Amino acid sequence: MPEIRVDASQAGCDLTEVRVDVCGETCPVPLVETRKAIRQAAPGDVIVVVGTHPASRVEIPMAVKALGLQLLSVEGTDTNWTIRIQK
Amino acid sequence: MADRVTIILHSGDMDKVYSALIIGNGALAMGMEASIYCTFWGLQRLQKGGLEKGPLSKMHMLGLGKWMIRQRMKKANVASLERLLADFKDLGGKIIACEMTMEIMGISKQDLREDLIDQYGAVGTYVQEARDSAITLFI
Repeated sequence: MPEIRVDASQAGCDLTEVRVDVCGETCPVPLVETRKAIRQAAPGDVIVVVGTHPASRVEIPMAVKALGLQLLSVEGTDTNWTIRIQK
Repeated sequence: MADRVTIILHSGDMDKVYSALIIGNGALAMGMEASIYCTFWGLQRLQKGGLEKGPLSKMHMLGLGKWMIRQRMKKANVASLERLLADFKDLGGKIIACEMTMEIMGISKQDLREDLIDQYGAVGTYVQEARDSAITLFI
């Protein structure tokens, strides 16, 4: 079950980090859960997606670009990656 | 041209229903709209309790092939059809039920999962939906 955690510990700052854990999930779940998190997030939030599905490491950045959002970083290997997205 | 994918789901085979829902979900995830028009055998999947009933399109082998594919899907942690359908609706996907099929096969609205169906229509509804869609698929 993908987990979404919200961290509002940065006092005085509205920025929230939304974490999406799709480790072990396969097509199309990583894309779908990322999309859901993006919808729920407020402008300015950072969405952090962590997963293991190789194709999603390439496809989630594609979706971010298609949605007109900012891709902050793609880290890790094909089978263990972290993608940061700015809404 | 609308940034939409319209899928006619004519087939009710399990693997084909998977394809339709995965493509639908993929399109929604990439920021497109998505509609699935369920006709003939595809509409049967919308019957109450009917979503998982389709055979495999090939190598069904009296159910053995379907069972084997299901085992492999479980091993690869593939999401269930039920979950893919829920996600599809959650992300704004549209499900259209073919009224002509309902008439031919004697399926009433009460037989179907009405909570999932956004629209009922005939071929005109499909054509309107598809005519300016960027991607149209027959599954």
